[in-house]
Amino acid sequence: MTIGSIDNQKITEVVDRVIAHHGATMDELIPILNDVNKELGYLPGEALKQISKHLHVPRSQLFAVSSFYQMLSTKPRGRHVIQFCESAPCHVVGGREVWKTLREELKLEANETSPDGKWTLATTSCLGLCSVGPVIIIDDDVYGNLTPDQIPGILARYS
Amino acid sequence: MKFYRSHVLVCIDPECRSKGAYEVLDALQDELVANGLIDEVQVLETSRIGGCDQGPEIMVYPEGVHYANLTPDDMAFIVEEHFLKGRIAKKFLLPITSVVDEELSAPTPKEIRIVLRNCGKIDPQNIEDYIAEDGYMALAKVLTEMTPEDVIDEVMKSGLRGRGGAGFPTAKKWSFARASAGTPKYLICNADEGDPGAFMNRRVLEGDPHAVIEGMAIAAYAIGCNQGYIYCRAEYPIAVSTLRLGIQQAREMGLLGQNILGTDFSFDLEVRMGAGAFVCGEETALMASIEGKRGEPRPRPPFPAVSGLWGKPTNINNVETYANVPQIILKGADWYASMGTEKSKGTKTFALAGDVKHTGLIEVPLGITLREIIFDVGGGIKDNKGFKAVQTGGPMGGCLPSEYLDLSVDYEALTAAGSMMGSGGMVVMDDETCMVDIARFFMEFTQDESCGKCTPCRVGTRRILDILDRICAGKGEDGDIELLEQLSQEIRTNSLCGLGQGAPNPVISTLKHFRHEYEAHIYEKKCPAKVCKALIRYEILPEACTGCTVCARNCPVGAITGERRGVHVIDSDICVRCGICQQVCNFNAVVVR
Repeated sequence: MTIGSIDNQKITEVVDRVIAHHGATMDELIPILNDVNKELGYLPGEALKQISKHLHVPRSQLFAVSSFYQMLSTKPRGRHVIQFCESAPCHVVGGREVWKTLREELKLEANETSPDGKWTLATTSCLGLCSVGPVIIIDDDVYGNLTPDQIPGILARYS
Repeated sequence: MKFYRSHVLVCIDPECRSKGAYEVLDALQDELVANGLIDEVQVLETSRIGGCDQGPEIMVYPEGVHYANLTPDDMAFIVEEHFLKGRIAKKFLLPITSVVDEELSAPTPKEIRIVLRNCGKIDPQNIEDYIAEDGYMALAKVLTEMTPEDVIDEVMKSGLRGRGGAGFPTAKKWSFARASAGTPKYLICNADEGDPGAFMNRRVLEGDPHAVIEGMAIAAYAIGCNQGYIYCRAEYPIAVSTLRLGIQQAREMGLLGQNILGTDFSFDLEVRMGAGAFVCGEETALMASIEGKRGEPRPRPPFPAVSGLWGKPTNINNVETYANVPQIILKGADWYASMGTEKSKGTKTFALAGDVKHTGLIEVPLGITLREIIFDVGGGIKDNKGFKAVQTGGPMGGCLPSEYLDLSVDYEALTAAGSMMGSGGMVVMDDETCMVDIARFFMEFTQDESCGKCTPCRVGTRRILDILDRICAGKGEDGDIELLEQLSQEIRTNSLCGLGQGAPNPVISTLKHFRHEYEAHIYEKKCPAKVCKALIRYEILPEACTGCTVCARNCPVGAITGERRGVHVIDSDICVRCGICQQVCNFNAVVVR
């Protein structure tokens, strides 16, 4: 899941398992891509190649889908993905300062991954948690009512 | 059935979970087991009790005692005090009257709760809680006493219209899908609630998922279809898991699946998740996404009722539309139609946000005025500032000024005023809001979310945003307003789907009602609301300045000069308008011009 190559054996293992779980049909394509993306951290070319064989869909079409959705990535991502809610309700309650602190702490800009492969900093559309903004999600953990000074402590929880 | 002397509801909303609600729940259960009380006290998970800002929190019944600000370590004390000794643990007591649910507070007199009636009151993870509130009675009634035509007639009489925003009569949609040739037919619930600041549907899915499931089953019976999908945004993981659990429980009880309630009607549901694309809330894009394609809209007709998912007849309604259906069947069309206006019946949920005192979810009868919503339900403008505008209909809606405060909130009136009903976002703005900046902000959003398939939307929104950026940066030119009007008109008429057609609305409506602000930006190079940084200047009032040097020492770019105990001056050419000097000045000597 770090940057660098994931060996093909691992990819085959994940792709086979995910497809066995969902079934090899087109209406399961986005769930399949979501799961593979989650397990491998992104969608490597080899994974798309294998999914294409299973589903009998051209790879170009899979790439078209993978590059369309914000949550799917065709580029390697960090071990931990931080999603920052950039919508208006979070923006007006101090989101700007949290975003600035995140970028400074991680020395990353939007959609960048740190060289050590630990962090990817991404933005997301409204998470619907507007009453506790500003909100970030790290992997699957939600943090609400954030202030800039909480950021270093939260980041330190992840290895 | 087991009887318990006490029930403890633990709030497991995302907010409380992020503060450790599950750890509290585990600790509570451990303590109850350790004290031999686990057969006397039942612990339940609920979606919302009070204000999660004081979470994690629990509610103990039958006493109705509310404890907040809990940690796992506090559980031993609470179990001992409350359940063993029978005393209220005052230290954690938070009187329920003072509890503020930031999303959904107690209904004000002007509100009527139909869709939100169970939210926060029942355990969404337990189907029996829903059944105890007359849940699935409507489905039983429909399957045993009514023909599909009866159901469509009843919903027709109720006047229910699409709550996703467009307001198409629901029963008419159903009858099209029913009449449409071709099998199988599909039923879809649009739970891709993407408008920033709108979270009504999330609350219903997380707090009362079975209302949606039951509503869908009734619709499926009316249309004659056996397979349904709920398309939920991936940004709502808890809604997805609550729905999945709800579907599973309904299946186990024979309320979904083959031969529902022993009749020959069969219907099953699946949840499909998006992957982060706003445009997937558009129905044709949504279907493309379920089919495993890029979520791009296609021209209509053919409408989904004729050729929808996999080219088959498909009916799509929004979460809120389905959630209304069981109540209409149970209480009757006349009851539902008694609320609202002539053409817009029933209630509508809104997410009230922005500069209003009480933000959060509300449910009001249609036909209520904007003034009643903002001042009676919302409590008026925050900090006693003046009202400037209200934006309805989400990022594709319009901004309405104070002249429209007495406008009736219904589909036709909002559209006629240049805004729209939309899914239910309502952003209130005070008199310190710059309307050009607001238009720019919404344009940034639609520009970002444009799927790129059709040129008017892809390129047009970009051009509008460029012009607005320029105006806000103080580089507006003569002719910009006319250009914006022309572009808006072209994007509106030529775009493929609702996203593009609605994208210029914030610009059109602000141009109509706040044209003078655009003119001030362009011709006088002034931002009347003092928001646009390029158009404001920070100045030090010589009579108030004491020469304490605090501002000069804190200025990050060294724009402030002056001797100690002498008047300081800001060099506007160096100043980056960060506002730090104003914040640090103890004598209110720094002003914005």
